[in-house]
Amino acid sequence: MKIVSRMIARLGHSTWRFLAEIGSFSRLFAQSIRWIPSLPRDRQLVLDQMEHVGTGSLPLVLIIGLFTGMVSAWQAAYQFKGLIPLSFLGGAVSRAIFIELGPVLTAIVIAGRVGASIAAELGTMKVTEQIDALESLAISPVRYLAVPRLLATTIMMPVLVIFANAIALLGAFLVSNFFLDVTGKMFFDSVKQYFQLKDILGGIYKTIFFGASTALIGVKVGFSTTGGAEGVGKATIRAFVLSSTMVLILDYTLWTLLF
Amino acid sequence: MISIRNLRKSFGAQEVLRGISLEIGDGETVAVIGQSGCGKSVLLKHIIGLLKPDAGAVIVDNVNVSEVSEKELMELRRNVGFLFQGAALFDSMNVLQNVTLGLWEHEERDRDKLARITKEKLELVGLRNIETVMPSELSGGMKKRVALARALAGNPRYLFYDEPTTGLDPVTSDQIDALIQGLTAQLHVTSLIVTHDMFTVERIVERVVFLHEGNIYFDGTPKIFAESSDPICQQFLERYRRSA
Repeated sequence: MKIVSRMIARLGHSTWRFLAEIGSFSRLFAQSIRWIPSLPRDRQLVLDQMEHVGTGSLPLVLIIGLFTGMVSAWQAAYQFKGLIPLSFLGGAVSRAIFIELGPVLTAIVIAGRVGASIAAELGTMKVTEQIDALESLAISPVRYLAVPRLLATTIMMPVLVIFANAIALLGAFLVSNFFLDVTGKMFFDSVKQYFQLKDILGGIYKTIFFGASTALIGVKVGFSTTGGAEGVGKATIRAFVLSSTMVLILDYTLWTLLF
Repeated sequence: MISIRNLRKSFGAQEVLRGISLEIGDGETVAVIGQSGCGKSVLLKHIIGLLKPDAGAVIVDNVNVSEVSEKELMELRRNVGFLFQGAALFDSMNVLQNVTLGLWEHEERDRDKLARITKEKLELVGLRNIETVMPSELSGGMKKRVALARALAGNPRYLFYDEPTTGLDPVTSDQIDALIQGLTAQLHVTSLIVTHDMFTVERIVERVVFLHEGNIYFDGTPKIFAESSDPICQQFLERYRRSA
């Protein structure tokens, strides 16, 4: 009986903590929205972050995109073997890239590179009292640190996904053309035949949510960091784990709504 | 004027402040001392609203810090200069940007004026021609000086120092003490110094508040404190006496 009551108590405690976490994320999001009117004044802060997120992540996103496209062509050819002619390969691969592979893999890469780096940067600022110093100078950390990162990641994620989609398609074409004897005409005719604007737009639309959640998690985890260098290390891991998990949860939820 | 009324604060099960009441008049220079972890810095952070009390109130210039809106709190903070224990300089900014960030973010965009203010405040803390240097290139003592210049940039009426000499060598500590003493006399601000360094207390302040187990144990002049025969005060003073 004691074990059961202890289990119920632990479950209740975990549920309470989870709800409190959700509450604190929502609060940070609401506080960030309140600073939107200051954006014209803070545009340079946003542009700096957009450069960091966008330009800084582009080489990595392009490499991931290229290899994703290449391997997806091999995978499709393997699954088509004896069942479907390879003339359908372009359409199948491009739809997989536009709807899932491009957006989700890019978002996970950004969760690792940007979400974790936001948490590490703000976490370091927190444990070295730089965030307190900002407040003591009458500067809101939400306005100065959170809003530019949130906005920049939300804007740049779809842009990066467009690049990732394009290079992934190129990668798929290269493999099809050089290794699978699928001509360029066959490949792109198939892409055109099965192309639906909804696929690309749906994929990009999802990434707006991926970007916002990645930055929000990075900022929240960074702001909550305690315990010196070890705390910063833990915060970095926590931000990556939470944001990449959230990308997959959001992906599933948005799929059911969009497609 | 700062008025602290029955201030209580706990972190988890640990009650750090157990009903502190304290009045600090305009122009006073007060040191808050006590052992590490006794709540000195926590008290200081309550005064500028970086922490919210569990109970009690902090009134600064007739404004209850824990009940004001964020906008009012920001206004209040513009009257305050805060020197953090580890200096808390912004890593990604050079000295000029560090010193003038507060002014820049409050719409002072005249770069010549900002450069002039930086030069003036740096000279006030005994530094010259380091405007373009990054914090990582500064020594511990220089970081504290730059942080002090940053705290002074907005011409505050209140100056709060959190452990100004902790982690510094004795010579640099003496220099920082002399600097604080000079600034206090020169600027006529209300100063609150959180420290466990009795040398700083003896040299700079006219009033000392000793915190023990979350309460004010002593409030008086440094001279009376130093002569106290109370065992708890004696214990705190022991190390100071040995090194004096």
